Amino acid sequence: MWEFIFKDNKDISGCGVSGIINVKGSLIPGDLIIKSITCQEERGNGLGAGFAGYGIYPDFKEFYALHVMAEDKNSLERFERFLFQQVKAIYHEPIPTRKVKTIKNPPIFKRYFVKLELEEQLPTEEEENKLIEMVMYINANLNGVYILSSGKNMGVFKGVGFPEEIAEFFKIDEYQAYIWTAHNRFPTNTPGWWGGAHPFSLLDWSIVHNGEISSYGTNKRYLELFGYKCTLLTDTEVVTYLLDLLIRRHKQPIKLACTALAPPFWMEIERLEEEEKNLLEALRIVYGGALLNGPFAIIFAYNGGIVGLTDRVKLRPLVVAKFEDFYYLASEEAAIRTICPNPELIWYPKAGEPVIIEMPMGTIPNQKSYA
Amino acid sequence: MSVILNVENWSYTKVNQYLREKILEGETEFELHGVNGHRYLFAGIKQKIKAKILGVPGLDLGCFMSGPEIYVYGNVQDACGNTMEEGKIVVYGMAGDVIGYSMRGGKIFIKGDVGYRVGIHMKAYQDKHPVIIIGGKTGDFLGEYMAGGTIIVLGLLSQHPEKPITGKFLGTGMHGGVIYIRGELDPFFLGKNLKISPINEEDLTYLKTILTEYCADMDENLESIINDRFSKITPVSHRPYGNLYAY
Amino acid sequence: MKPINFSSFYPDFYVERLENKCIKCKICIKECTYEVHTWDEKKKILKEDHSKCVGCHRCEAMCPTNAIIIKRHPSQFREHHLWNPYFIKNIYKQADKGGVLLSSTGCDLPLKIYFDHLVIDACQVTNPPIDPLREPMELRTYIGSKPEKLEVEKTETGYKLKKALPPLIKLEMPIIFAGMSYGAISLHIHQGLARAAKELGILYNTGEGGLHSSLYEYKDHTIVQCASGRFGVNVDYLNAGVAIEIKIGQGAKPGIGGHLPGEKVNEEISKTRMIPLGTDALSPAPHHDIYSIEDLRGLIYALKEATEYKKPVFVKVAAVNNIAAIASGIVRAGADAVVIDGIRGGTGAAPTMFRQYVGIPIELAISAVDKRLREEGIRHKTTLIASGGIRCSADVVKAIALGADVVAIGTPLLIAVGCTLCQRCYTGKCPWGIATNNPELIKRLPPEVVYEKVYNLMNAWRSEIKEMLGAMGLNSIESLRSNRDKLRAIGLTKEEMEILEVKHAGE
Repeated sequence: MWEFIFKDNKDISGCGVSGIINVKGSLIPGDLIIKSITCQEERGNGLGAGFAGYGIYPDFKEFYALHVMAEDKNSLERFERFLFQQVKAIYHEPIPTRKVKTIKNPPIFKRYFVKLELEEQLPTEEEENKLIEMVMYINANLNGVYILSSGKNMGVFKGVGFPEEIAEFFKIDEYQAYIWTAHNRFPTNTPGWWGGAHPFSLLDWSIVHNGEISSYGTNKRYLELFGYKCTLLTDTEVVTYLLDLLIRRHKQPIKLACTALAPPFWMEIERLEEEEKNLLEALRIVYGGALLNGPFAIIFAYNGGIVGLTDRVKLRPLVVAKFEDFYYLASEEAAIRTICPNPELIWYPKAGEPVIIEMPMGTIPNQKSYA
Repeated sequence: MSVILNVENWSYTKVNQYLREKILEGETEFELHGVNGHRYLFAGIKQKIKAKILGVPGLDLGCFMSGPEIYVYGNVQDACGNTMEEGKIVVYGMAGDVIGYSMRGGKIFIKGDVGYRVGIHMKAYQDKHPVIIIGGKTGDFLGEYMAGGTIIVLGLLSQHPEKPITGKFLGTGMHGGVIYIRGELDPFFLGKNLKISPINEEDLTYLKTILTEYCADMDENLESIINDRFSKITPVSHRPYGNLYAY
Repeated sequence: MKPINFSSFYPDFYVERLENKCIKCKICIKECTYEVHTWDEKKKILKEDHSKCVGCHRCEAMCPTNAIIIKRHPSQFREHHLWNPYFIKNIYKQADKGGVLLSSTGCDLPLKIYFDHLVIDACQVTNPPIDPLREPMELRTYIGSKPEKLEVEKTETGYKLKKALPPLIKLEMPIIFAGMSYGAISLHIHQGLARAAKELGILYNTGEGGLHSSLYEYKDHTIVQCASGRFGVNVDYLNAGVAIEIKIGQGAKPGIGGHLPGEKVNEEISKTRMIPLGTDALSPAPHHDIYSIEDLRGLIYALKEATEYKKPVFVKVAAVNNIAAIASGIVRAGADAVVIDGIRGGTGAAPTMFRQYVGIPIELAISAVDKRLREEGIRHKTTLIASGGIRCSADVVKAIALGADVVAIGTPLLIAVGCTLCQRCYTGKCPWGIATNNPELIKRLPPEVVYEKVYNLMNAWRSEIKEMLGAMGLNSIESLRSNRDKLRAIGLTKEEMEILEVKHAGE
């Protein structure tokens, strides 16, 4: 049934995005992110919407939270048999949902809080690599199930519908998080498939994206060199893997990783001082395969921060605002004003210059910092 | 004073870098100990320095070099003197295959046997005239495609006393230069379009000069060598493949 | 009995002289190096020997009154699908002369031209095309080995590199000039190409004939070639460019060496090749220091040691059946760039059987190599340069989308300076002054003209490539590399599409 997702057609879509962070780690009710994304209703067409929340599972914060969707009971059972051989599940339950009139025949959703059963303690990075490997294997090889997210103390809720419908369905209003991101989708070529909605997530990376990446074929092939399998054929998936490669595996600071994705032009690089010029020249030479060409604005989040980035000539919009401990990112200013009418600061980031908002270290459990 | 180095645990890149640095500092004599398989020693070096190598250097000893004099107290491996332009390599031992490939100038003296395809595509040009002298015997394809220079085979000292002095296909495609073989040569071993002739006065004068230098380096007796018969091999034409094509 | 030459009975071309236009100025006699035109003093008329005409069109172009038309000779053999005139005439030639058939330029058989079965994508609505006249469009490309990841360290103000990158060559567009030796082509062409390469911020290639002293000033835009004959190769030569190319083979004649006949080795060529006047310059089929892949590594590092690791070393091979595995071996042997020349790659002289029938088309080779290097996880560390049959800027774009970093061109440059593809370069009599070093003939094509024509051509291609990139929504050439999504096939089989990794149009 779900084979179509692995068809060779790349997803093309336009969209709206929103994100909120409280840098003190205070929890933000889900209502706010719902309000912000539904304010950008016109940017979607009812074929996809989703949310990612960080800090939503304080009781299970030490476990990888797997959000899983399944086509039917059989697929789910097959998946569970496989999963329980691989990991220890501390707790699992259906993801609570409401009936929504307009949503017909949704898939089954369950969440599993798991840890890897290892003979010896591995460094975090290696443990995470193992988890990623398992998630990728399941998503590529097990029919009828799909893991939507797999990070600690975070989760992705997404599906086919308008944002308010998906929020209603997943009871987003009942969650609280210190980081939220949301997406409203306007796909032009794929029928709505719940797994194809955004955010896209891997470990605690989650990403929402607006635009179309013209360099998709180049980026996908580049990622394959490092073992990433781009099964979803969406730009968002590619962006997520690029960030994972550059930031988590190659240990590039976020700023440089973002510069690799949206580098300055050669003519700009030529004008820089020797040291910076050499750095950026080398960055473009080594990471040419990671350059995201074409229009995009992305918001990505992880346990500890949120980042906004636009393409190198700013073909897609992004607005950022600050109010007290809150930072807001969205495609449209109105989406911020609707939940924060009088921000202290509001600005339009420059093309290719990332906006990186991190919490001070020690704010939340399992915190990561890449800045 | 020689710069004496034990390079046993050094990479070849490090050895060459060090040599270059020292040469730039003005050093002119070197002694390398512990050489075993270090490739490309003295590659591309242009200064007229002297060096002793103790051990067995790796492939491409003195490749592209244009000046140094190298004395090897041991055997040399394949491709020694590859595309060398000037200088001298003296080997007090045997040598592998493809010695002096495409060599344009300078001298290579080998005390013992050499392998296959030695002196291929040697060429002379203007004041450059490459010379290879082999004290022992050679494998097949000696002087293949040879376009200039001189190869002399003496057959004095060999691991293969029962074998003929050279291998088969000697001088295949040769279109310049001269090969001298001490003693008679069975035309069976010869490539096509070559002629064997006895040496003349001019040849003898040349042989005397060059063999004097060889004998001095190798501590051999010139008299006993020069008084032997030599066969001279030269190409019939500078254009061995002139009639190969139909237009 | 007078020898019979069957091959002279059936000329390929027919020289038609329009008597009403001809003013008997005899320019045609002077221009034709094949002695087609003669003057009959007794009858005071111009005569022509059709059998000598090679179809270069020089006389036609130079005739001040347009009185000459060169046509295919109308004389016909009886139709026979198998025994067409091409094969009949070749047999006559070989029966007359008893030699190997010789040809110039690349394979002229109607093998499938894959470039012509690929179409290019453009943006409509979902992402915007970019107008290169208004916005930056980056064609800059670097050749050489690249590390897998960058090591940086923090500074007070930001970050800096921990370690400089290995030597890389910067190109301002992803095109370089293919190796064509001085000897095969005239010195004037080398001089013009070198100057054009400098102005364009790209590279030209000496070919295997050494480097003429007048060209040392173009160092930063020179690739020096080291082929099996090692002509003109010494350490100064190796250091005279920015890169060294080991030529293992070329597309027009994979598996065999080269041969510059002694009559072409004049004073200047002898100096440049460092061989005596008038001797044949023979390049053996293999480098005799390379009989295996580990020997290739030997030569690569011999060159690197000799030039102190300051120059990237390229390895050029012909595209043959196993090209993917060969290319992978070359990268692993330490080459900084792999140059692959397809079956249509040009030549000054190649045995006809090789030119026509040995090797594979470059389009398939690029894709296969790109795929293999990806599977092995080494594609991003090296540079893939493709050549052999690139005819226009769209071919360049397609080659890059199939996986090349850079393309090398030769024949288009020669056409740009007047070549009419008569395919008789091996005679050394090129009436256009291209494939010759006859001092009188080379005057017909001064270096300035070469420079201007080649610069114009490249300038035009550069604009076209920018337009095509912009239409695809890309503003930097690296986003086109291996981007098969930007191509679609028309009329290819499933197998061909699999090799090229492209979908069919409509998919």
